[in-house]
Amino acid sequence: MAARAASFRRGFAFNPSPAVSRALALALAAFAIVYPLLLDPISGLLDDSVVALAYVIMGLGLNVVVGFAGLLDLGYVAFFAIGAFSVGWFMSTFYADANIHVLVSSNVHNLPGIHLNFLLVIVIAAVLCALAGMLIGLPTLRLRGDYIAIVTLAFGEIIRVFAVNGDSVHVFGNGYPLTNGRQGITPVDQLDLPFVKPFTQLDLRPWYWLVLTLVFIVLFVVIRLRDSRLGRAWVAVREDEVAAASMGVPLVKTKLLAYTVGGAIGGVAGAFLAAYLNTVNADQFAFSFSIFVLAMIILGGLGSIWGVVLGAIVLSFINNRLIPDVLNSVPGKLGLDFNLSDLGFGIFGFLLVIVMVLRPEGLLPERRRKLELTEGVGTDDALYEVRA
Amino acid sequence: MREFISKYGLIAVLLALPVFYGVKDLVDDGNLAHLGQNLFQGLSNGSIWALIAVGYTLVYGIIELINFAHGDVFMIGSFVAAGLFGTVGLGLATGVGGLVPGLLLVLVICMATCGALNVMIERVAYRPLRSAPKLAPLITAVGFSFILQNVGLLWVGGSPASVPDLIHAQQDVFTFLGITVQRADLLAIFVTIPLVVAATLFISRSRLGKAMRATAQDPDAARLMGISVDTTISLTFLLGGMLAGAAGLIYALYQTTVWYFQGFQAGLIAFTAAVMGGIGNLRGAVLGGLIIGCIQFISDDRIGPQWTPAIVFAYLVLIMVFRPQGLIGEETREAG
Repeated sequence: MAARAASFRRGFAFNPSPAVSRALALALAAFAIVYPLLLDPISGLLDDSVVALAYVIMGLGLNVVVGFAGLLDLGYVAFFAIGAFSVGWFMSTFYADANIHVLVSSNVHNLPGIHLNFLLVIVIAAVLCALAGMLIGLPTLRLRGDYIAIVTLAFGEIIRVFAVNGDSVHVFGNGYPLTNGRQGITPVDQLDLPFVKPFTQLDLRPWYWLVLTLVFIVLFVVIRLRDSRLGRAWVAVREDEVAAASMGVPLVKTKLLAYTVGGAIGGVAGAFLAAYLNTVNADQFAFSFSIFVLAMIILGGLGSIWGVVLGAIVLSFINNRLIPDVLNSVPGKLGLDFNLSDLGFGIFGFLLVIVMVLRPEGLLPERRRKLELTEGVGTDDALYEVRA
Repeated sequence: MREFISKYGLIAVLLALPVFYGVKDLVDDGNLAHLGQNLFQGLSNGSIWALIAVGYTLVYGIIELINFAHGDVFMIGSFVAAGLFGTVGLGLATGVGGLVPGLLLVLVICMATCGALNVMIERVAYRPLRSAPKLAPLITAVGFSFILQNVGLLWVGGSPASVPDLIHAQQDVFTFLGITVQRADLLAIFVTIPLVVAATLFISRSRLGKAMRATAQDPDAARLMGISVDTTISLTFLLGGMLAGAAGLIYALYQTTVWYFQGFQAGLIAFTAAVMGGIGNLRGAVLGGLIIGCIQFISDDRIGPQWTPAIVFAYLVLIMVFRPQGLIGEETREAG
């Protein structure tokens, strides 16, 4: 067993040359662009793909904090919440007493409430989340290791509690509650971008291309950041804080920037998801969401951008498609009267365990990390085989 | 000024809620009975969190893993207890003479089951990842948490199931200084104290406990000293699981309902308690559990239960700001 697991681990060793990997990336991007044309515009598969790509953005953002800078964040759902609420606040009839319209189409123009163009809202979401990220980061600066995890978790839960009970919180006077509680803010405005027809739920292709564009932008930002001075500072802090500080890396600034960048990216994904799902519901912002995104990036390969993309796509398809749709039809085909949907998250948990045990460094590990690990893994394998 | 804040700020934070409501009670009622009642119930409820938190902190101390499956082991303990009451022949009519030995038997079985379950999880999900990146076992822990929750869901169903109120939990036993003591409180306190004392003694006095402490300090050096690291880690999981099983039984009798999701919530609270006290520190975990119990009861009663989680976590953040290593924790060994 151990020997097979080991060979499985090494079997994926895949180190293409830069030219090959560039060609591969271009081919993948081209496929991603034409992919929705192969599907029915309102098919379930396309729907799952849109959600999967939104999770890719989430994963890339969390990867900046956890993968690059090594700060374990268990409260990433906070940014999903703030991003989504930016849409709820500024793109719906929720604040009916206000009457603000900025760059919106004629069909929203007569509705009460605050209505901003989605592009503006995305920027607002990113800025708000960047600020929130900094706020969450501040108390963790003196903390070490897993204490950071619990403080971020605490912030995530505090924000969830405010989302659930926000209908009784009036910060800016009566008629302006913070949230709509469990009822959720729904519907939100249809997206209306320049040069494009208004988005509808009847044609998912524009949604797909929009989120794909966001993925490309975020990918570009994240790759450039990784290779920048700041990216190297993050890795230095992750590997050894003391050594990094004595080499002149400013710890406070570096760590806070990781939270800020990670938060802003999460806010973009949160705003998109809220607009796409057409609701901002407090029950979406549970701790399990943070865990889900964390599982994506660790399963994919912590710190590795392509690993995170793969992990997010794989896990979100397992969760949204494989378990509810595909596996559910298996017992029926075998002639068994058995409802597999009761086993949904058990199967999900089982898959998490299996994949992690077989590939502890993730599906596509970061090259630097893989170098560190190979020696250690090799010797330990030998130990286990002697004992087994 | 700065020194003053860092020295006494923590105490001020901790005392803010009780002192505020104590003064309010004195003004309104002229005595502190109301606050005393809150604190007492908080302590008795907090002792359940303390039992779970000890399991968290033991595991963290030895392999630096946030064991997300721990809360669900506790949940399974509750389910085992609830399932066994009928089997053992305990019912609402059982008198004290039958109740005590019956419950002791259930307690032993619960502890054994959860201990074994925890050891099995360690063997399957954490041991193969011992040399893997630090966060890999975190994901397998989440995976096992999901699996156990699913087991609980299939076992009892999606909604909370009621458990026979064997000890008549809500019945008052006596009143002292205006504080009413119920049977549930006595049960929680009289099961928790001996267990925590036994666990502490085991770790500080016995040979195996010494091995555990040595492994926690430095696994490689411990191995060189002839300590079987794998066995010691299994033992830690056994101990943590046993305490979670005991907490499961108390919870079933105390709340008289069990739910497949209870472990997740309890796990979150217990993890918070362990960190608040200083993770890896046994007494810290107990202290954290008791403090959280008190905060919860004061907040449930005075501010509103819907805000309680936010207040508990706000407390945690404040404590972390003033004492980054937890209430009575030492600086932890930094993982490489």
